[in-house]
Amino acid sequence: MSETATEQVLTTKDGRPLKASLARALRREKLRALVLIAPLLIFVLLTFVAPIADMLFRSVENSIVEDTLPQTVNALQDWDPSSGEVPGEPVFAALAADLQVAVDLKTHTRLGSRLNYEKTGISSLFRKTGRRVKKMTEPPYKEQFLKADKKWGQVDTWQTLKQFSPRYTDGYFLSSLDAERTSEGLQMKPEDEQIYLLLFGRTMMLSIAITVSCLLLGYPIAFLLAQLPLRTSNLLMILVLLPFWTSLLVRTSAWKVLLQQQGVINDFLVWIGLISDANRLVMINNQTGTIIAMTHILLPFMILPLYSVMKTISPTYVRAAKSLGATDWTAFWRVYFPQSVPGIGAGAVLVFILAIGYYITPELVGGTSGIFISNRIAYHISSSLNWGLAAALGTLLLAAVMILFIVYDKIVGIDNVKLG
Amino acid sequence: MSALPPYASTGQKVWHYTFRVACGLIFFFLIFPILVILPLSFNAQDFFTFTKEMLAFKPEGYSFKHYQDFFTNPDWQQALKNSVMIAPAATILATSFGTLAAIGLSRPHVPYRSAIMAILISPMIVPLIISAAGMYFFYSRIGLQGTYWGVVLAHAALGTPFVIITVTATLVGFDQSLVRAAASMGANPVTTFFKVQMPLIIPGVVSGGLFAFITSFDEVVVVLFLGSAGQKTLPWQMFTGLREQISPTILAVASLMVAISIVLLTVLEGLRRRSERLRGLSPG
Repeated sequence: MSETATEQVLTTKDGRPLKASLARALRREKLRALVLIAPLLIFVLLTFVAPIADMLFRSVENSIVEDTLPQTVNALQDWDPSSGEVPGEPVFAALAADLQVAVDLKTHTRLGSRLNYEKTGISSLFRKTGRRVKKMTEPPYKEQFLKADKKWGQVDTWQTLKQFSPRYTDGYFLSSLDAERTSEGLQMKPEDEQIYLLLFGRTMMLSIAITVSCLLLGYPIAFLLAQLPLRTSNLLMILVLLPFWTSLLVRTSAWKVLLQQQGVINDFLVWIGLISDANRLVMINNQTGTIIAMTHILLPFMILPLYSVMKTISPTYVRAAKSLGATDWTAFWRVYFPQSVPGIGAGAVLVFILAIGYYITPELVGGTSGIFISNRIAYHISSSLNWGLAAALGTLLLAAVMILFIVYDKIVGIDNVKLG
Repeated sequence: MSALPPYASTGQKVWHYTFRVACGLIFFFLIFPILVILPLSFNAQDFFTFTKEMLAFKPEGYSFKHYQDFFTNPDWQQALKNSVMIAPAATILATSFGTLAAIGLSRPHVPYRSAIMAILISPMIVPLIISAAGMYFFYSRIGLQGTYWGVVLAHAALGTPFVIITVTATLVGFDQSLVRAAASMGANPVTTFFKVQMPLIIPGVVSGGLFAFITSFDEVVVVLFLGSAGQKTLPWQMFTGLREQISPTILAVASLMVAISIVLLTVLEGLRRRSERLRGLSPG
C-alpha cells in the first residue's frame, strides 16, 4: 500500500492498476461464458430462428409478379385502375413479350396459380393465354389478347395484376383477416367467404373453454396434493405424471377409441341403460371431442404449476383465519385462494398458449367443427400450396402466442419454468 | 384437510368426502384413457371396444395378434427403425450443445443473459405448427427438406430448451468453489469439467437428455412436414393410421409406448431423488 497521496491507485502485483486488471478478468469471464453458449446459440439461430424469420418474410414477399412479367409491371405504372378502362396497347405489347419468355420458362402457370389465390379464374386465364401467346407476333396485341380470353378486357383482371405487382404485399395478411382490396378500397370479404376470423374466434373460444375446464379439474387436484402428506401425494402424483409422459398420440388414440359411437363410453352407457342403442352420443369429430381430449392432454400443465405454488402456501394463515372465527369457506376464499392466484395465472397462461397452437388432436378428433387455425395452416402448406397465406396465418398466431408469453414471463419468469 | 378432526360437523364430513370423491373422479379421468388401451390391445377381434368374451374373461377373447402384426408388418417395422435412428441422434446433439450452454448460462457474468435465454427457450414456446411451417419453408430452400439430417436437426432444436432448463436447475445447487479448488490444485478446465463438475450435474444432464429423447420420439407435427416417406416415424405412422384406416395395431403400439413412458418416468424420478441427495436438498 502506498503512503503518499499521489499514488492512491491500487495496483496488482505485476504493477497493473487493480481496476483495469479486474475489468480484464471480468471481460475474460464474460467471454468464457459466451464461448460456452455460442455453439448452441448458433445452432438454434440456424435451425430454428432462421426458419421462423423465413416464414415472417414469406408472409409479405411477392416478387413473383415482377419476376415473371417485368415489362408489364413497368408499363402498368402509368395506368390508373379508377379510370374504369382497360390499359392501352403498350401494356398489352409488354405483356405479350413477357409471356413469351415466361411460357418458354414455364413460369406463367406458377404466376397464374399465385394470382388465383387473390382472384379465382386467373389461373386458367394464364394457362389459356399461354397456349396462344406464341402466335402473337404482330401488333395490335390488345385485340389478339381479347380474342384469346375476354377476361383481358375486364378492369378487375388488370387491377389484380397491378395491385400485386409490388415486391411486397399485405395481401396475405388481408386474406387472413377476411379482408380484400377492391376498386372501392379496403373492405371485408362477402360474408359467405369469411372463414379466418371465424376460425381465429373459434380457436380462441375453444382454447378458453379448454383452459377453464383444465382449471376446474386441476385446482381441486393440486389442492388435494398440496394438503396430503408427502408420501401419499408423491404416489398420487404418478397419476398426473404418467399421462404427462405418455405420448400425445397414444392419448389421442385412447380418446378416439373411447369416444367413438361404437366405443367404450357409448357401450357402457347403453349397457347401464342410460341411453338407448339407437341414440348413441356423438362425442367425436366435433367440438366436444376436441375439448374433452385436449383437456385431458393439457391438464398436467395446469396441475404442476398450481401444485408448486400451493406447496409454498403456509397452512398457518388458514389456521389463523379459522381461529379468528372464519368458516371453512371464508378461510379458503379470503385467505387461501388469493395466495394461489399466481399459480392459476401461470397454469392458465401455459395451457392457453399450448392450446391455441395445437394441431394433432383437433385434426384427429375435431372433425370439421372442432378444428383450429393451425389445421388451416397445415392445409395451406400441404394441400392448397398457398404458402404465403399459411405464413401470414402463422405470423398472426405467433404474434398472439408471443403476447401471451410476455404475460407469462411477467407472472412466472422465463427462468422459473420447471419440468416435472 | 388431510385428516378430518373428530369435532367436524356433519356438513364438514359431507364436504370432506364429496371432495375426495370428486378428486377420485378427476384422477380416474386422467388415468383411465391410458389404462383402457392396455386390455383392448389384447382384443382377439378387430374391435375398439370390449367384446363379450373379454368381459367374461374367456381366454379366446384375448390374443397377441395385434402385437404380432406390429412386429411383422414392414410398415410398422420401418417406422420403428426410423424412430430409433432419429431420436438418439437428435438427443446427442441437443444434450451436448444444451449442457455446454447451460454451464455458460449459469456463470455469474453473462452479457445479454435474458435475451440469449429467450432465444434458446423459444423452440419450446413457439407452437409446433409454426415451427413446422417455418422449417418446411426454410429447409426446402436449402435442400434439407425430406432428408434424415433435416429431421434430426429440427428435433435437436426442439429438444434443447428441455436440456437447458433441467441442467440450469441442477447447476443452481452447484458449488462453484469446487471448480476453483480443482483449478488451484492444478487441474486444467477440461479435467475439472469431467472430473468435478460433470459427475455432480450428471442427473440433470441425463434427465434433460431423456426429455430431448422423448420430444423427438413423440414428435409428429414437424416430421410430418419435414420428412419424406423415408423418414416415417412411429408417431407419424400412428397419425396416418388414426386418420385413415384405423387398425387395432395402433393400440398395441400405444401400449408399448405407455410401457416406455413408465420406464422413463421411473428413471427420471430416481434421478431427481439422486440429484437432490447429492446437492443436500433432501435427506436421502
